[in-house]
Amino acid sequence: MDRRHVLKIGGAAAAALAAPRAMAQAREPIRIGELNSYKVFAAFLEPYKKGMDLAVDEVNAAGGALGRPIEIVVRDDNGQPGDAVRLAEELLTRERVSMLMGTFASHVGLAVSSFAKERKVPFLASEPLSDKIVWEQGNRYTFRLRASTYMQTAMLVPDAVRVAKRRWAIVYPNYEYGQSATAAFKKLMLARQPNIEFVAEQAPPLGRIEAGPVAAALQAARPEAIFSSLFGPDLSRFVREGTTRGLFRNVEVFNLLAGEPEYLDPLLDEAPVGWYVTGYPWQDIKTPEHDRFLAAYQTKFRDYPRLGSVVGYAAVIGAAEAIRKAGSLEPEKIVDAMKGLAHSTPFGRIVYRTLDHQSTMGAYVGRIGLRNGKGVMTDWRYADGADYLPPDAEVRSLRPPE
Amino acid sequence: MSDLFADILIQFLNGLAGASSLFLVAAGLSLIFGVTRIVNFAHGALFMLGLYLAWSLIDLFGRSTLLGFWGGVLAAALCVGAIGVVIEIVVLRRIYKAPELFQLLATFALVLIIKDAVLFFWGAEELLGPRAPGLRGAVEIFGRRFPEYDLLLIAAGPLVLGLLWLLLHRTRYGIFVRAATQDREMLAALGTDERRLFTSVFFLGAFLAGLGGALQIPREPAQLSLDLAVISDAFVVVVVGGMGSIGGAFLAALLIAQAKALCIALGDVSMFGTVVSFSKLTLVVEFAIMAAVLVLRPWGLLGKPLALARGAGASAAPLDPPGPLFWPASFVVLVLLALAPLGGDRYLLVLMGDIAVFALFAVSLHFLMGPGGLVSFGHAAYFGLGSYAAALVFLRLDLPAEAALLAAPLAGGAAALLFGWFCVRLSGVYLAMLTLAFAQIAWSVVFQWNDATGGSNGLIGLWPAGALKDRTLYFWATLVLCAGGIFFLWRTVHAPFGLALRAARDQPMRAEAVGIDTRRVQWVAFALSGAFAGLAGGLFAFAKGSISPDTLGVARSVDGLAMVLLGGVQTLTGPVLGAAVFTWLQDEIARNTEYWRAILGFAILALVLAFPHGLGGALKRLRGAA
Amino acid sequence: MTLLVAHGLRKAFGGVEAVVDVGFAVAPGEVVALIGPNGAGKSTCFNMLNGQLAPDGGTIRLGGENIAGRPPRAIARLGVGRTFQITATFASMRVRENVQAALQSFAGKSYGLWRSADTLYRDEALALLARVGMEDQAERPCGTLAYGDLKRVELAVALAGRPRLLLMDEPTAGMAPVERLALMALTASLARREQIGVLFTEHDMDTVFAHADRILVLDRGRLIAEGSPDAVRNDPTVRRVYLGAGTMYGEQA
Ligand SMILES: Nc1ncnc2c1ncn2[C@@H]1O[C@H](COP(=O)(O)OP(=O)(O)OP(=O)(O)O)[C@@H](O)[C@H]1O
Ligand SMILES: [Mg+2]
Repeated sequence: MDRRHVLKIGGAAAAALAAPRAMAQAREPIRIGELNSYKVFAAFLEPYKKGMDLAVDEVNAAGGALGRPIEIVVRDDNGQPGDAVRLAEELLTRERVSMLMGTFASHVGLAVSSFAKERKVPFLASEPLSDKIVWEQGNRYTFRLRASTYMQTAMLVPDAVRVAKRRWAIVYPNYEYGQSATAAFKKLMLARQPNIEFVAEQAPPLGRIEAGPVAAALQAARPEAIFSSLFGPDLSRFVREGTTRGLFRNVEVFNLLAGEPEYLDPLLDEAPVGWYVTGYPWQDIKTPEHDRFLAAYQTKFRDYPRLGSVVGYAAVIGAAEAIRKAGSLEPEKIVDAMKGLAHSTPFGRIVYRTLDHQSTMGAYVGRIGLRNGKGVMTDWRYADGADYLPPDAEVRSLRPPE
Repeated sequence: MSDLFADILIQFLNGLAGASSLFLVAAGLSLIFGVTRIVNFAHGALFMLGLYLAWSLIDLFGRSTLLGFWGGVLAAALCVGAIGVVIEIVVLRRIYKAPELFQLLATFALVLIIKDAVLFFWGAEELLGPRAPGLRGAVEIFGRRFPEYDLLLIAAGPLVLGLLWLLLHRTRYGIFVRAATQDREMLAALGTDERRLFTSVFFLGAFLAGLGGALQIPREPAQLSLDLAVISDAFVVVVVGGMGSIGGAFLAALLIAQAKALCIALGDVSMFGTVVSFSKLTLVVEFAIMAAVLVLRPWGLLGKPLALARGAGASAAPLDPPGPLFWPASFVVLVLLALAPLGGDRYLLVLMGDIAVFALFAVSLHFLMGPGGLVSFGHAAYFGLGSYAAALVFLRLDLPAEAALLAAPLAGGAAALLFGWFCVRLSGVYLAMLTLAFAQIAWSVVFQWNDATGGSNGLIGLWPAGALKDRTLYFWATLVLCAGGIFFLWRTVHAPFGLALRAARDQPMRAEAVGIDTRRVQWVAFALSGAFAGLAGGLFAFAKGSISPDTLGVARSVDGLAMVLLGGVQTLTGPVLGAAVFTWLQDEIARNTEYWRAILGFAILALVLAFPHGLGGALKRLRGAA
Repeated sequence: MTLLVAHGLRKAFGGVEAVVDVGFAVAPGEVVALIGPNGAGKSTCFNMLNGQLAPDGGTIRLGGENIAGRPPRAIARLGVGRTFQITATFASMRVRENVQAALQSFAGKSYGLWRSADTLYRDEALALLARVGMEDQAERPCGTLAYGDLKRVELAVALAGRPRLLLMDEPTAGMAPVERLALMALTASLARREQIGVLFTEHDMDTVFAHADRILVLDRGRLIAEGSPDAVRNDPTVRRVYLGAGTMYGEQA
């Protein structure tokens, strides 16, 4: 009986086409443990899983790593750090995984990173955005793929300065991500536009925004521009209420993450045209890396990729590259290999910085437009993560000594 | 017209629209509780279903036509009503005779099942519904634009209130419903078929939940976390209004929605040299209101003291002191558990450590719920505050984990002393909801206080150094402390204190007449229970190496309730069994299946239907029969 | 020396004046009956005497000390035992445990967290149960007892505090006539032997006239007559209140 029932990612059918399969199959696969809140944040993590799936296929088709296929062992942490840590232990001891990856919410990511440090195993935090994961609470064993809250905020700042508005209102979900984004935005803006005025600040609870009252309160402050870090259902409600009430008329709005298909697509034809956002304009990116990824993804799943797909895909590629580079499954060697590891992703080449273990994966910055009754990003550019990080000395002072 | 006045007026209207939305969900819950005394945890899930069904049905009937939209809304509500009927007939009807609150476990299982069913049928992505035809835009009020649909909502609340009032006060059916709510004996005297009444009330309650959901379609996207968000709102409204009082629910909805709108309108205000963010208060304002109302009015705004469905103690069997073999047998089990990790499976050790911690947590909750008859919906507060206290002593005072662990029961006990002082003045569901209110207030403080508690991220790096660094030793320490705590609480139940506590539960008037200070006894029980929950929390913190506000969140409280109810309230070993089975089931199912929530839900439902007296009760019967 | 002196007791519920200016005394060893039609205010008097209700006015002196308005548990500790009209026992406990809980409370041991309650005052509890004739049912759960037996358990529980004064609200309701007389005979002999003052109410007049030393008659909250059984039996006002149902007085007795 298959007691452990490993949720195997990587279809046998796809692998069957690959020539090196026979050789790789002969050997025990390399296991990578993936922890995530698949049910709690299903909208982001279903595409994420598909992205991983695709990457596993590709890696194994290319001969795997160290001559062995790779396998992702998936566990659902139910959004609870306590469960995540328990399952991390299970992945290490029962499934004998060589490294850990995943996590969505920052508190879960931080819990697993603390566990990784204690157990001395490499952990690739793919999705959590908290700056603390690589800075204040960074450690030797933890690396992070996505552009952090700080980086994505910094990416919006040049445009925010350019629109030259004085009266700003801010709205953010009331937890660490929203608080950090707001703090970073204020700091960066004040440095570049000292006469800026923050006329209203609303911090609705995550997932429970009272959009009508919030929109009315912001409106009452007569802002010229709004900085928002809302996402998901909060964003949808805010957009609808704000639009109906005319909150956004003649007001420039900047919204982190709102260009990600996960959050933009549900808005359908009500996508707020003209907003400055970070996101992922998958339809329009024309680079060889992305073309290849898009084609492979659409062939395999008959669906278009979301940002989660790219994150899941790039995380698996990164893990495999690290193991290849380490030439061994020894944890310390993998960690050393992760430092400065460079590899290709659908967004182009990224590097895991030796300095703080943050990858330089960037994000697309642009404005929301409408095309065929659906929200898209227009006038976008790729903001390379490397360009939106604080000076090295500052980063060094943030990170605890190893 | 001054700008300020216009702004205030708009926020007032926003508050009215919010109040209508709240009332629509709460009315059904209040009805169902009033008549059946069932704490229907699945009410939020029914609301969510209403929203999803409306999305699909409107799509089917035509998004842009008046008939399509309103037909869809009504059909969705009717579907949800029908689902309520099925739930009542298939599940709840079988367990009306089970001990009080046991039905809550069944509805908890339904939440899990409905959530996964919705995920399966509608997918994970949020679904933004259409705007209402003819009410897409806004009207101008003193130069402010106000959504037309919200005007409709403002009218819908009082309209439904009026219709319900007519139904309850002007029809024969209403006489039955009110009789069932206020006076059970009278219902029997009226000679009505109780089954049909319960089924129809479930239809009506579920229909209202579905309608409440469907009517939100132009205002919020259908998404999977609505069920829990809504259920807590609805409970607060029902309790603040007074359970079973529809008018009270309306008043409470108004109060809460206006308070929220006011907090948002105030935004950041400079006071006494610091900036107070009122908008952040929306996180907890309804619970603060609930705590204040219950402290001042123990039966809510318009509620009446409720005759319990059945006397809390009436159904309990005597708790005999354990037989001569019990302690030796427990000791053998303990030794076997302690030896288990020597097999070398580190994961088993971690899982068993979790089970030990949750067993102590469940036993501490059971101590209140069972012998004390004091149901706590917010028991995680003591668990979580214990873990935070231990963590802060460890991190900030730099004391070793062994010493920091001492802080855990102290903090848990102190919090329970504070909260318990207010709670023992209440009874039944009101008491339970006040514990929840306090727990939520504690949670929001921990969640907000970034400097002290690390805010939403929590605290990390809680790995003991020294002897306890070794995970096997830590497991043994956990086992010894948890078993010791459970042993102590069990002794206490059989000690004179336990007798006095049960006396206060069974018959407070008699207990007072023999000189027992019932409130003081219950207060001490709170403190003891909180202290051991705190100890469990402290052990949890150092087992995981990190803690976050989740440790004192509602989900943990609900897990604790599920464990106790699953094990059976009437036996002492029940909660231990419940904790073990629940934790093990969840771990096993979640690791091995994709739709694990639904499967866990079905597993719990099967256990509920098979063992209406809990696992402990079933075991006892087995022994009795043998 | 009188044991209990109530003076000018008053209690109203909203508009209903349940008890109006009632005063009486009970001496040690004396068995006093408080009678009156339904709703006369008898239970309300009991409830004020044992602290269940705070009087709106008046004094209650127990051995000279005014106890009006004190909580029931304090009054119980001063030596006032009581039984309730609707029996109030601890349903989830065995009969013996009911008495033990009371004994432990009166001994100030209710906050003992460790020692087993099972053996604490077990013999004393069994002795009290033997007194009321319940020793052979000591191990039955209270929830399963017949009504008459519950009344006897209540009496044992009330005796656990070694009361000076016993308040018994319809102590024999629901019992068979033979049992009834036996229980009241027991109570009366206890009262006399141990100098316990007893105040009881009863609808069964046979019982009342058989055992009461003195009778107080209450009607619509007011004391309308007081005196020896013979005096009360012949009181015209009392006769009127009881609708001239002379037989109720057990004239045959
Ligand atoms: N808690 C209460 N609230 C309101 N009215 C009450 C309350 N208790 C008693 N009453 C009223 O006070 C009056 C006296 O009631 P009480 O119970 O003292 O009568 P009683 O003489 O004991 O009658 P019975 O022989 O039926 O037991 C009655 O009219 C009753 O309705
Ligand atoms: Mg009476």
